[in-house]
Amino acid sequence: MKILTCLLLIVSFAVQADDYAAVRQSMIDELQVYAKLARDTDASRLSDAVLRAMNTVERHRMVPASQLPFAYENRPLPIGHGQTISQPYIVALMTELIEPDADDVVLEIGTGSGYQAAVLAELVEHVYSIEIIEALATQAKHRLESMGYDNVTTRLGDGYFGWDEHAPFDAIVVTAAASHVPPPLIEQLKPGGLMIIPVGGRFMTQTLLLLEKTDDGEIITRQYGAVRFVPLTGKH
Amino acid sequence: MRSVYPATLLVSAGAIGYELLLMRVLSIVQWHHFAYMIISLALLGYGASGTLIALNRHRLEKRFETAFALSALLFSITMVLCFILSQRVPFNALEIVWNPRQFLHLSLLYLLFMVPFLFAASCIGLAFTCRRLAISRIYFFDLIGAGLGALLIIGALFVLIPQNALILLMVLPLMASFVVAKEATARTALFAAQFVWLGLFLTGIPQTHLDLRISEYKGLSQSLEVVDSRVLHESSSPLGLISIVESPTVPVRHAPGLSFNTRHIPPEQLQVFTDADGMSAITRFGGDPLSIAYLGDVTAALPYALLDAPRVLVLGAGGGNDVLLALYHGAIAVDAVELNPQMSELVADTYAEFAGHIYADERVRLFTREARGFVAQSPDAYGLIHIGLLDSFGASGAGVQSLNESYIYTVEAMRDYLAHTAPGGMIAITRWLKLPPRDSLKLIATARLALVAEGVDEPAAHLAMIRSWNTSTLLIRSTAFTVDDIAAIRSFSRSRSFDTVWLPGMRGDDANRFNRLVEPYFYEGATALLGDGADEYMASYKFHIEPASDNRPYYFHFFKWTTLPEVFALRRMGGAGLIEWGYLILVATLLQAAIAGLFLILLPLLSARRDWPRGTGARMGGYFLLLGFAFLFIEMAFIQKFILFLSHPLYSIAVVLSSFLVFAGVGSAWSDTAAALLKARGHEPIPIAASCIAVLAVVYVIILPIAFDRFIGSSDILKIVITNVLIAPLAFTMGMPFPLGLKRVAAFAPHFIPWAWGINGFASVVSAVLATLLAIQFGFNAVIVLALVLYGTAALLISRGFPARA
Repeated sequence: MKILTCLLLIVSFAVQADDYAAVRQSMIDELQVYAKLARDTDASRLSDAVLRAMNTVERHRMVPASQLPFAYENRPLPIGHGQTISQPYIVALMTELIEPDADDVVLEIGTGSGYQAAVLAELVEHVYSIEIIEALATQAKHRLESMGYDNVTTRLGDGYFGWDEHAPFDAIVVTAAASHVPPPLIEQLKPGGLMIIPVGGRFMTQTLLLLEKTDDGEIITRQYGAVRFVPLTGKH
Repeated sequence: MRSVYPATLLVSAGAIGYELLLMRVLSIVQWHHFAYMIISLALLGYGASGTLIALNRHRLEKRFETAFALSALLFSITMVLCFILSQRVPFNALEIVWNPRQFLHLSLLYLLFMVPFLFAASCIGLAFTCRRLAISRIYFFDLIGAGLGALLIIGALFVLIPQNALILLMVLPLMASFVVAKEATARTALFAAQFVWLGLFLTGIPQTHLDLRISEYKGLSQSLEVVDSRVLHESSSPLGLISIVESPTVPVRHAPGLSFNTRHIPPEQLQVFTDADGMSAITRFGGDPLSIAYLGDVTAALPYALLDAPRVLVLGAGGGNDVLLALYHGAIAVDAVELNPQMSELVADTYAEFAGHIYADERVRLFTREARGFVAQSPDAYGLIHIGLLDSFGASGAGVQSLNESYIYTVEAMRDYLAHTAPGGMIAITRWLKLPPRDSLKLIATARLALVAEGVDEPAAHLAMIRSWNTSTLLIRSTAFTVDDIAAIRSFSRSRSFDTVWLPGMRGDDANRFNRLVEPYFYEGATALLGDGADEYMASYKFHIEPASDNRPYYFHFFKWTTLPEVFALRRMGGAGLIEWGYLILVATLLQAAIAGLFLILLPLLSARRDWPRGTGARMGGYFLLLGFAFLFIEMAFIQKFILFLSHPLYSIAVVLSSFLVFAGVGSAWSDTAAALLKARGHEPIPIAASCIAVLAVVYVIILPIAFDRFIGSSDILKIVITNVLIAPLAFTMGMPFPLGLKRVAAFAPHFIPWAWGINGFASVVSAVLATLLAIQFGFNAVIVLALVLYGTAALLISRGFPARA
């Protein structure tokens, strides 16, 4: 009887895993459609490497049980504590825009569910991530460990001053915009490095702010968003 | 029998008090725009109870006291119970564009809050129905109760937190129930139930469930999630719940529009939340200017690059940061205007030491006044009139404020400000930046119109705007900017990597240098708005950027129906921020009001007798439907118009609503006498009443701006008296067409009376929300004109449609 139960559990797990693989692939297909649109409009793009990473990370292991049925929907989901797991399209775009390389060291401000850190970990050498909400920091640390992401280091604390011991960084991902970009983060960015910040409220990302520190230390920003798809004037 | 009078007064006071309290509570736990939903659902409660009573009149008449006392007791219980249950509904307004279940949660809230009003209205309706001989006295006590209830709750909210104000309110119907139960047949059971309910309260059990569950996505909730954060201070008033939050481990550093090039980090700050959102900050200042040197590197510092030791007026002083900005830049004098006295007290007293005693500085004068009123009455002229960021970035970005009336950013406001600038002086307005551009362009369009109205031929020469990645600052001046001014603006912007949006004589290649967009959207927009084709540009723009005016003060409203399909399709591609959910909630509220009104008011009436003369039903129904719409359209438009005069939406709702209730009630009571007098002279009373309403409303559209301008700086008491005096004649006349029509119906089709009430109630429920939607789209004056057309059509229907007698 025990053997039968174990077999049933294994089969059920396998079926579940397959189910998630299928829905995850559907999500990737959806992202590819958007990526194609983005290419047509000469703005951002989604590379195969980023799409592969998105297709590898198990988003369903990062959402609360109540949100499991929607785990692979291309939308933000509540994860408690007033926070959300970001919309997959936004995560993919943010990852793409910082042009990750295999030997990059990336700083993330705002670990949240750990989803963005996991996607980055698939692509870069090491991810350092800081979270200010204790419950989320503890949860994400355990979750990322259990999922085998040993190239992600997390800690609880103030992201304003970055993580000096591991600076400078090839890229910095700030997962929620504050009233200004902290000067210490700009300092900890390597010359030629990129910083990405989603601008807008929870559930409502408006634009992505991409900050580039040129080789001579000058700061230039670019903003990307749905605006590129909307001709601002014209026939309604 | 006599007990019905004080009982009616108590129930009526409880109902209006509860209505206003719910508006306050929903502003805290959710956002401001649920106020109109509350008016609608209160009316739904009244409409549904009218139907219930009409269908069960004979049974209820026999047990009037018992039914009344039971309804009052249930009103008291559901007031608390529905409040507690509503806090458990997982409604998340921000998720509404993603999750259709949120619409169900919204409907559940709507129906839950309706229940207490159903019982309150049952008491009043029973009194009217079962004590017909004393109807005028009951009406009198009902209206006095409404007036007292509004006063009571406004006063209570100054000294009590909303949960305690609720306990105070729930005692009123409980007392009413007790008073009437003495004469009831089932008095023993009623007394027992009252004592159980009272006893439950004395145990303190319900109170433990009364805590406000603030949306976890509001700024205060999010701040308190941060490790070691705590609320240091909380004060509540009808103007808002102010919370001061300290976060020692992860201190907040609020510096909107700070340059990337700065070497200065903001010092320690305390977060200030109003109604759990709209974060501002109190900055620690020990007297060393170097500690606040970051203030030289924000876009809001731009005017100080052009002005030497100006006299500054700060509108919306809040936590005092803009005052600090002025002092840091050497202002010779600063007048700080703040509406909320509790906010002023925090900076001037409670946290004075933390804030560096800025309000004790001999250069600073603090005025606890409403901004428009202060400017209108001020004899002074200023080198700089400064309007900083009065809202939080999150709120601005998510369309939270799309329904807020804001009289600070209107054409009329800017003309007032321009009239109070000294020679060479200017207005500086800083706003959060949105992409695609919305706020910034609407501000340019508004400033342009104000300058043109002030007789400026070339407004483009009087405007300058710069932007960082998240803020823009606009300068407006009566005189044109000089070559030196333009050079100073360029130098200020370039050294801080800010982009110029508009400068007189600016070239296209000057735009979009540091904070690069795919296209130079802001410059293109500014150029179009300041050129000859401004109107065509605004008409073809995907968002609403037409200037805000006192007639349509929805500065934060950018929604265009025609753009909805396009942006809705983009929500999965990062376009969710383009959808103004505040507006969508209002539309959803309208739909649910219509559906609930249909099911709870009209459909149950199908079981009643319908034997009125053939061919008259549609016309009679039309008459009462149009009256319902017309009355509420005028009432709602006046509530929104008077926000400017009475400084705050809650004050306006309390004063205007109770004023309309009282004077319309008096008009209704006097309608028989008036009709008799008119008929004696050969006139038909209803067309005369409709004509009087039309004349008065048109006169008010013309004279209200003048009256507001003249008295806006007066004391609150005087303004309340003036409001009542202004509303009295109009409301008095508006109170007549309904009872006059009812009387005519009673003469030849008595079975239509419940339908008349029901149809009128249904129209009221829907129009409380519809009026706001129309006002946003077309302005208050258009809503009033539409109401007059409806009154006229109603008068035509009744004069031609059905006979005076059977």
